[in-house]
Amino acid sequence: MISGLIAGSLRLATGALARWQGCGPDLRQRIYFANHSSNLDGPLLWASLPAPLRVRTRLVAAHDYWSVGKIRPWMAQSVFRAVLIERKRPTADCNPLDTMLQAMGDDHSLIIFPEGGRHNDPEPQPFKAGLFHLARRRPEVELVPVWMENLNRILPKGEILPAPLLGSLVFGTPIRLEEGETKIDFLARARQSVICLRDICR
Amino acid sequence: MNFDRELTWLIFGVVAVLVVASLLTHLMIKRARTDGAKATLENVAARTRAWWWMVVIFTAAILLGKTTTTLLFGLLSFMALREFITLTPTRPGDHRTLFWVFFVITPLHYWYLLDGWYGMFSIFIPVYAFLFVPIRSALAGDCDHFLERTAKIQWGLLICVYSVSHAPALLSLDIKNYAGENAKLLFWFVVVVEISDVLQYVWGKTCGKRKIAPTVSPNKTWEGLIGGGFSTVIIGAALYWVTPFYPLQAAGMTALIVMMGFLGGLVMSAIKRDRGVKDWGHAIAGHGGVMDRLDSLCFAAPVVFHITRYYFDSQPLLQKF
Repeated sequence: MISGLIAGSLRLATGALARWQGCGPDLRQRIYFANHSSNLDGPLLWASLPAPLRVRTRLVAAHDYWSVGKIRPWMAQSVFRAVLIERKRPTADCNPLDTMLQAMGDDHSLIIFPEGGRHNDPEPQPFKAGLFHLARRRPEVELVPVWMENLNRILPKGEILPAPLLGSLVFGTPIRLEEGETKIDFLARARQSVICLRDICR
Repeated sequence: MNFDRELTWLIFGVVAVLVVASLLTHLMIKRARTDGAKATLENVAARTRAWWWMVVIFTAAILLGKTTTTLLFGLLSFMALREFITLTPTRPGDHRTLFWVFFVITPLHYWYLLDGWYGMFSIFIPVYAFLFVPIRSALAGDCDHFLERTAKIQWGLLICVYSVSHAPALLSLDIKNYAGENAKLLFWFVVVVEISDVLQYVWGKTCGKRKIAPTVSPNKTWEGLIGGGFSTVIIGAALYWVTPFYPLQAAGMTALIVMMGFLGGLVMSAIKRDRGVKDWGHAIAGHGGVMDRLDSLCFAAPVVFHITRYYFDSQPLLQKF
C-alpha cells in the first residue's frame, strides 16, 4: 500500500514514461541494469515496474548511502527492499556478489547500476565486473538493459532540490553472456546495449 | 459560482458538439475501409475522449470561479514549461536557476494575477525574472553557451507562463457593461481558440493540398487555414451574445484569434522540428503534450487581452498610462 503510493508519486513527480522497447514486463527472473546519474534512478526504475513485478524486484544499492539517518534505511528496507552492498572495500566475508546472489534466490529480480556510482558525464562510465559475475553464475537469468533519460537533470549529483523536468526510461532487448565471451567484451557489449537505447529517448 | 443563462447555453453547446463528434467518429470508424483511414480515425476518437476530460475540467474550474480557474491555468503553465525545458538542452549550471523558475517565479507571477496587482503582473517576468535568470546562471559559474541557455529559459517563461497567464487575466478586466460576466469571455476565447485548431485540422485532413510551410509543419495547408478560419469566424461571431462585443467586433476578434493561433502553432512546430520530435510530451492521450494544445492559445491570449483592455475597458483611456 505505502510502496504503491511511493511508486505512484515517484512516477508522477518525474513525469516518467516507461517504454518496453525490447521486451515486455515479465515475471521471470531478470537483472535490470541501467546508467546511473541521479539518486532518483534506482527508486524510479523500481517504481516504473508494474506492481506484480515490483514486489519481486530488489534494488541493489550502496550501503554507505542508504544506511544514513532514519528515513533512508526505512525506505531501503521496507519500500525498495534494497540489497545493500559494500562498494568501497569488499572483503572475503562481505563480498557483494554473494549478497546479490543470495538476494535473488529463486524468484527475485535485481536492479543494478554497473557503473558503480553516479556520474555527471554525458556518457556512462565503464561497467564494473559485478554484472559479468552475476551473468556467469546465473546464466539462465535475463539481463535487461535500461536507459534512464533526464534524471540527472531532475536531480543531479550534489543537488538537494529537484527541477521538475520530465524523465523517461526505455527497457531494451535482454542480453546473455555468450559462450566463451571474455569479461572485457561482455562488459563493453552490456554498456553499449544501454547506450543504444538513448537514441530512442531523444 | 458563475452561473447564468448564457453560460449555461454555451456549456450545453460545447457538450452537444462533443456528443455529435463522439457519435460521428464512432460511426466513421465502423465504416472505414483502409488501414490508414482507420488509424487517423482512431486518433480522432482518442482526441475526442481527451476533449471530454478537458471540457469537464475547464468547465468545472470556470464554474468554481476566478481563483480555481487561475490556479488551473497556473498548473497548465507549470506542465507546459516542464515540457518546454525538458526538450531544451540545459546544463548542470542551470539547475538552481530552473528551480527558481519553476517553484518561485511561476507561482509568484500567478499570485500577482490573483492579487489583482496589474502593474506587477505585467512586468514581473519581462523585467525582474528576465534579469534574475542570467544572474543566477552566471553565479553558478558555467559559461558554455551562456546566452543560448539564458535565452531558452527566458523564452520558456515568456511562452508557457507569461503568455498563457493572459487567458485567465481576462477574468480581471473591468469591461464596460460586462461586470461580473468575464468568465463567459474567457470561455468564449478558449472555445474559439480550440475550435479554430479543430476546424483547421478537419479542413486540412479532408481537403488540404497546398502546404503553407512544408519545412515547418507539413500538416498546415492553405485549405485548412482558410476553410477552418472562415468557419471559426462564423462560429465566433455567432456567439457574440456571450461576449462584450458586437457581432462584427466578435468576428474581428475571432479572425485575430485564428491568425495568432495559427502563427503560434507554426512557431511551436518550428521548435519541435528543430528538436526532432513530433509532440511536446505525452500528458494528453491522442494529443501529445499540454503544449500541443496550448500552442495556439499562447500566442492569441496576450493580444486578445490587450486589445480588450485597450478598447473595452470601463476606465477612461488616459488613466491607463
